[in-house]
Amino acid sequence: MTGRSDQSAKPSGPAPSRRSVLLGGAAGAVGAASLGAAGWLAVRDGLGVGDSAGGSLAAASFGAQTVTFHGTHQPGIATPAQAHAAFIALDLRKGQGVEPVRRWLQLLTSDAARLMSGRVPLASEDREIAALPARLTVTVGFGPGLFDAIDRGDQCPDVIRALPAFATDRLRPEWSGGDLLLQVCSDEPQSLAFASRWLVRDSREFATVRWSQRGFTRAKGTEPDAATPRNLFGQRDGTINPRGAAELDTAVWSRSPDWLVGGSMLVLRRIAMDLEAWDDLGRPAREFALARRMSDGAPTSGGSEFDEPDLKRLDAQGLPVVDPSAHAVVAKAQNPAEVMLRRGYSYDDPPARDGSPNSGLIFAAYQADAATAFVPVQRRLAEKDALNTWITHIGSATFAVPPGCPEGGYLGQQLLEG
Amino acid sequence: MSTRLTSTRSTSTRSTDLRTRTLRTVPVIVLAGSLALAGCGTDDSAGAATPSGSSGTSTVGATGATTELITVSDAWAKTADKGMTAVYATLRNTTDKPMTIVSAKTSASGRSELHEMAMVDGQMVMRPKKGGFVLPAKATHELKPGGDHIMVLDLTKPVKPGQEVGVDLTLDNKTVISFTALAKETSAGEEKYMTEAP
Repeated sequence: MTGRSDQSAKPSGPAPSRRSVLLGGAAGAVGAASLGAAGWLAVRDGLGVGDSAGGSLAAASFGAQTVTFHGTHQPGIATPAQAHAAFIALDLRKGQGVEPVRRWLQLLTSDAARLMSGRVPLASEDREIAALPARLTVTVGFGPGLFDAIDRGDQCPDVIRALPAFATDRLRPEWSGGDLLLQVCSDEPQSLAFASRWLVRDSREFATVRWSQRGFTRAKGTEPDAATPRNLFGQRDGTINPRGAAELDTAVWSRSPDWLVGGSMLVLRRIAMDLEAWDDLGRPAREFALARRMSDGAPTSGGSEFDEPDLKRLDAQGLPVVDPSAHAVVAKAQNPAEVMLRRGYSYDDPPARDGSPNSGLIFAAYQADAATAFVPVQRRLAEKDALNTWITHIGSATFAVPPGCPEGGYLGQQLLEG
Repeated sequence: MSTRLTSTRSTSTRSTDLRTRTLRTVPVIVLAGSLALAGCGTDDSAGAATPSGSSGTSTVGATGATTELITVSDAWAKTADKGMTAVYATLRNTTDKPMTIVSAKTSASGRSELHEMAMVDGQMVMRPKKGGFVLPAKATHELKPGGDHIMVLDLTKPVKPGQEVGVDLTLDNKTVISFTALAKETSAGEEKYMTEAP
């Protein structure tokens, strides 16, 4: 669903050597002998997995995979979407100026770099948990309040400060806003929980938790990684994402203001789905609303998943096959500046007492400039998207996502010291 | 005579003190790292702990042409409002000879001691370590809560979360190892303090 770029995850390689490299890299003696080569081979043999079954071998070893933290861009954006995500918005405590914010960002940077490489945060001794990050990424975004707290309000892009309202918005404060966002993603929930907890623990001095959202996409190994995941509507979601470094460069990485070069803008929406009405709609009507087939995501007008719906195609009765207000038609970028990277995660909170579901999509849209991408696209969707009958935007938050940081630096340094 | 070490967690504050921070020691790490690479190209232990951000591996060689090297990684300090606190790190002697750390100095106060934990009268206490920290050849020595640590006494100002504390360790051969420790809030390692070495 996200770009199929080559960025980030290192290949898993033979599991025993990866583990020994990773664990050997943790300072001090690491009590993880149980994961040694002999033990792993025993597991593999016990499963009857031979060398010919390379896929299973890799699937069993993804716990040790890491994504690089330091670099031009923050991880967790172009990184192919992991199975699990936590989005945690924090609000600065009163009176926090540039000096405490810098200390906070140094702590977050230290934690993120260590956790992503399979090492415990400083002051933690849970090496066994940290040793299996499963492509953990930590991504940090800044909301308007952070800019104001450090007296750099002029550096906050207007669209981040005040995203326009849309006619279909039914936003709730408990899912909206925030001074700083932590996006934590991993293919493994234990890793995600551990990292999230330490990041929040090290934030408590500076901030309070405003809201927290957990989401998931398909578990690692369920389908080939390259297949576009399905959301809770059952549709393949993310088909039109930019792919490859060149497309990502144009669509995702910001070019202004100066401090944000190499960063991005995140619009995070919580979208409730009326799943029971969707259940009862029937497949032909669903496909008409989407303009794509439920089975494979291909346009109802024909072709394969990555083809576009053909508005001119007529059916046997001479009627258009594709509804001009179908989701795939309206959501499509009308020009290059509208392209954005969608990292969608389903949420499935406990049902209400009467059994009605409480489910939907955490829609994370990354783009170079939300004013030219999310805003016009969402304006169009709010006006005529056929899906509006079954979806409601109930949360919204916008963040400027600073560029990646080099070794020795900290996230947001360009803003704080620029 | 033993005195209780106060809990830094419970006494920590959210000061709005806007004094400029002390990141000035970071270049020392960078310089130190390159010294290690230059002076110890065949030693793979220098690369064993991945440098990372402000709290990453630092390596300092002896001044001049000696080849003695101790790598420092995972350095952190406990936050504290006043009184005393501690610095922890993983030290690795990459040489073929034992090395001894005889004293410590930090940017947080004028007085630091090298401490150990010991069982005295059925109670775990910390006390100054006689003879300093001895690092056997090619061995790792961990300074951690509940074990050997650098005790920072008579704090002149609070040690706040996320702050970097500059640390100098002096070896018996007068070599000074410099690194920074990132301050983190924790209640770990709070035991009784025995002021006298046995």
